[in-house]
Amino acid sequence: MNGPFASLVLRDLKLAARSGGSAALALAFFALVATLVPLGVGADLKLLARIAGGVLWVGAVLAALLSLDRLYQGDFDDGSLELIALSPLSLEQVALAKLVAHWLSTGLPLTLLSPLLAVLFGLPAPATLVLFLSLLIGTPAVSAIGAIGASLTLSLKRGGLILPLIVLPLLVPAVIFGAGAVTSVLDHLSNGALGLLAGFAAAAVLLSPFAAAACVRLNLAG
Amino acid sequence: MFRYANPAQFMRLSGLVLPWISILAAAAFAAGLFLGFRVPADYQQGMTVLIMFVHVPAAIVAETAYGAIAVASLFSLVWRHPLADTAARAAAPLGAVFTALGLVTGSLWGRPMWGAYWVWDARLTSFLLLLFLYLGYIALWNAIEDEARAARAAAILALVGAVNLPIIKFSVDWWNTLHQGESILSGQIAPVFLWPLLTMALAYSLLFAALWMVRIRTEIVERRARSLMQRAG
Repeated sequence: MNGPFASLVLRDLKLAARSGGSAALALAFFALVATLVPLGVGADLKLLARIAGGVLWVGAVLAALLSLDRLYQGDFDDGSLELIALSPLSLEQVALAKLVAHWLSTGLPLTLLSPLLAVLFGLPAPATLVLFLSLLIGTPAVSAIGAIGASLTLSLKRGGLILPLIVLPLLVPAVIFGAGAVTSVLDHLSNGALGLLAGFAAAAVLLSPFAAAACVRLNLAG
Repeated sequence: MFRYANPAQFMRLSGLVLPWISILAAAAFAAGLFLGFRVPADYQQGMTVLIMFVHVPAAIVAETAYGAIAVASLFSLVWRHPLADTAARAAAPLGAVFTALGLVTGSLWGRPMWGAYWVWDARLTSFLLLLFLYLGYIALWNAIEDEARAARAAAILALVGAVNLPIIKFSVDWWNTLHQGESILSGQIAPVFLWPLLTMALAYSLLFAALWMVRIRTEIVERRARSLMQRAG
């Protein structure tokens, strides 16, 4: 596990830890969203339990979006991306490594925090477990599709708001399946939502490196 | 397809074809409206069934336009077809407008039919998503300054978003939804409604084709004007 792939993942993780702690920022944002919504919607715990799946999923997606524009931009700006492109790794492998690092530094911490935030919504234990699982399965898809958006909007001067506009519509299936899985537990139904989410995430993670690498190549050539 | 790759060739051919397409589009609209107003009242919907002749063709064109953008993006990325980028960029605002039209007419139809202006069922949701995909695509084109890079980035985005199209088409089959299921190709629609619908669909398509051609021609002429201005200094 000491090859170039692992070292790239470790490097990105170290950078994420150093650069003002993107994990901490995402966690704080997630917690804030989970606090604001009950304050806005009212303290009825039954209502909160019903909307918990959707709110926490949307919060997780938005929190993960926060750190996306730093996925490629930093390396692109100081020239490291060109050097990485010259490494023995193909650009697709580089994209996958960065995707893994992003998930480990953003998606995974969000997933680990989610059961605590589920308490704020009065979500019962079985539903909390499903929420945890859905985020565990689904946040890699968020990182994957976010990576496509990040590489597309690389080197945009006013790139800020266009990244969510591109990424969020593509993430809709993940939100629908993820939140749907949680709500179905509350209704004591079983639908295939987790399975569909897993399929979506698998497809996203498999295909995203190819799209992201193509975009990176495009921006490096220019 | 590559015969029309030369902009001058395209200008000549489209200049010949455009008047005819415009006339045909107008004729098809006239015929469609004539046939439409002659239909009997639907046993369930009464005369509000007429909205179908405005709503369904808009939705068909909206989806087909995105498909055209996806195909053009493929040509641009894989075969480096010179006019493909221009064609894709030109089609996007048109597609977005037809999508918005489909959403609004569908909403107005939904109120008397279902009692709601909007429901979050699979077909409506994925159609709304289509509008956002169009907006993101247009925004990406406008955000990147280098034309060649913008073209390739937009092409990649269009292909990634093309996944939504089969979802819209088949959403009414895969999920139990409120929206009308498949009734044209399965032959369930009555002929007296089918013919106005097909005529209006033809009219909308011809209108889209005419407007698309005008936009591509305008883009080509604009580029020529820009390069002339650059040479003049």
